[in-house]
Amino acid sequence: MTSETEFAIRASGLTKTFGSLTAVDHLDLDVPKALVYGFLGPNGSGKTTAIRLLCGLLTPTEGSATVLGHVVPGDASQLKPKIGYMTQKFSLYGDLTIQENLEFIADVYSYPRRDRRARVEDLIERYNLDQQRNQFAGTMSGGQKQRLALACAVLNRPKLLLLDEPTSAVDPKSRRDFWEKLFALANEGTTILVSTHYMDEAERCHRLAILDHGKKVADGAPAELQAATGMSVVEIATDDTAAVQFELKKLPEIRSITQLGVRLRALIPDSRKNPVAFIESHLSSLALNGKVVQVEASLEDVFVAVTQDDEKLDTAA
Amino acid sequence: MRKELLQLKRDKLTFGMIVGIPVMQMLLFGFAINTDVRNLVAGVANEADSHLSRQLIADLEQTQVLRIDYVVASPDELESLLRGGKISIGIYIPPDFDRRSIDARRSAAQLLVDGVDPTVLGVANQIRNLPLKFDTIAGQKERASTFEVRPYFNPEHRSSVFVIPGLMGMILTLTMMLFTAVAVVREREHGNLELLINTPISTTQLMTGKVIPYILIGLIQLTLIMAVGDLLFSVPIRGSILELYIASSVFIAANLALGLFVSTVVKTQFQAIQVTIFFLMPSILITGFVFPFEGMPGIIQVIGEALPTTHYIRLTRGIMLRGATLFEMRMELLALAVFTLIAMVAAIQRFTKRLD
Repeated sequence: MTSETEFAIRASGLTKTFGSLTAVDHLDLDVPKALVYGFLGPNGSGKTTAIRLLCGLLTPTEGSATVLGHVVPGDASQLKPKIGYMTQKFSLYGDLTIQENLEFIADVYSYPRRDRRARVEDLIERYNLDQQRNQFAGTMSGGQKQRLALACAVLNRPKLLLLDEPTSAVDPKSRRDFWEKLFALANEGTTILVSTHYMDEAERCHRLAILDHGKKVADGAPAELQAATGMSVVEIATDDTAAVQFELKKLPEIRSITQLGVRLRALIPDSRKNPVAFIESHLSSLALNGKVVQVEASLEDVFVAVTQDDEKLDTAA
Repeated sequence: MRKELLQLKRDKLTFGMIVGIPVMQMLLFGFAINTDVRNLVAGVANEADSHLSRQLIADLEQTQVLRIDYVVASPDELESLLRGGKISIGIYIPPDFDRRSIDARRSAAQLLVDGVDPTVLGVANQIRNLPLKFDTIAGQKERASTFEVRPYFNPEHRSSVFVIPGLMGMILTLTMMLFTAVAVVREREHGNLELLINTPISTTQLMTGKVIPYILIGLIQLTLIMAVGDLLFSVPIRGSILELYIASSVFIAANLALGLFVSTVVKTQFQAIQVTIFFLMPSILITGFVFPFEGMPGIIQVIGEALPTTHYIRLTRGIMLRGATLFEMRMELLALAVFTLIAMVAAIQRFTKRLD
């Protein structure tokens, strides 16, 4: 039973269709324990559906998943006490105070009565909610709501936390704080699965899977993914970005090109050797000026590379 | 405007209601609302047992207004049948009936009437002048009515006495059903449900948790209605208050369970309110609240029996106005309990801890 000890989540061929739409398409997943594992993908890529499948809220059309040693959705009832779930939309009670919300969640989890008060106090302190303790949850800021939601999700000390775009309504400072909390939890042994469409958040994950149109198009540690794009990334500094972008887009070797202020950033497959020289010669032949340098691939480049790849496959097929 | 129509077309339930409500309303109004009552259940105590008195009873039956289901020996027994709600009218023919019938100044017999229901009272007044057979020829002669009408339970003929026990049922149906009908959909709409079904809480816990607090609220509401009924309208409570509360608790639970079931079927709070109104309408029309149950055709009576309000109105009128005991009316209480159980089980069955 090595799989049970090493992995919090194992899924193979997990598929969910809604009518003609395939929301999750043969997803294979191995999530090691005590790590922060990310789902990176654009809106509608199947992140939420995948998370719902994993906690047993949805029945897969095909395939199966084992979460903390329980087969979902069949054993979902045994799994529920061991997982914490943070929904994309704030799902606590706006007309209850922070303390009342926490006490309600403790009730729902049948948290042992004698430790309940101490646990709620501990969470209020740990998630900096002391000032708002008696404030109605509905009147709180995005960051406060999110801290409360996380406090509720971890109340029963789950072994696995499933967070569905937890930071989408939160300012950058709160996001930083939030991630600190996640790493603290991971250090204590909690496995965390978090979905996001922010690159900087994805970069923070120990490992991540990139989802596109319900399919997993890449997975691994962020650095591994960046190293294995199969793409060279070049930046072109130029006065006439519009003309250069227009001309370069015509080249079949250019996988993608995007503007960053006065610079252009282009992805070129590794099969084309010397990308810098290639671009420079092409530009000079068109009498356009530009200073070309090769740079490290960012996670965004990876994301663009793998998702666009898929689109090209789609149109080719 | 186009957008409204499009949205309406998508909302299948609302669309169904647009067609369903008028059709159902027409059927109910058309068939059920029949103040021209037939076959009121009656009992007879014929102490004269003469040819003339038997002739009178036969004439009464001939009118088809009454249906004589009980034949008893004494007026006391008629009274007890009346109190238990078994009959609406008791016909008492005294031993000196034949002699009285010749005396033009006196009425020959008595109608003991459940005076709570104005329709029943109306029927009694309509048949009180039923001519005795032998004086059809001498009909011109001024004489007292054949029957003396003796209204029981509501000697002052106050309509509030009739209306308020039924109104209790109405108010509780509306408020209780609404409470739970929106309960589950509201959580679904606010997104609370997705979190809740991801916790170890069981469906039964969730459902009973939604019912029990509202039973208490319902009882508070009941107390309020009764206090107003007593202070403003002097509606009596002749039976046991405790028994009234017991009966009400079961009725409240029945409505809450029904609301909960509705809540598991509908998609939005708006739909929940629509369905509640859909249930409220028959609760007003075919439960005996306004129009006498006996006047309705068989099929409508069957539907009426399936509604908890029908049984509750019988219970409240029995306990409050006639001083009946819960034991005398145990079948009504049992009907409510069975209804509650079925609705609750159905709600729990319908509710899954899944999103698909």
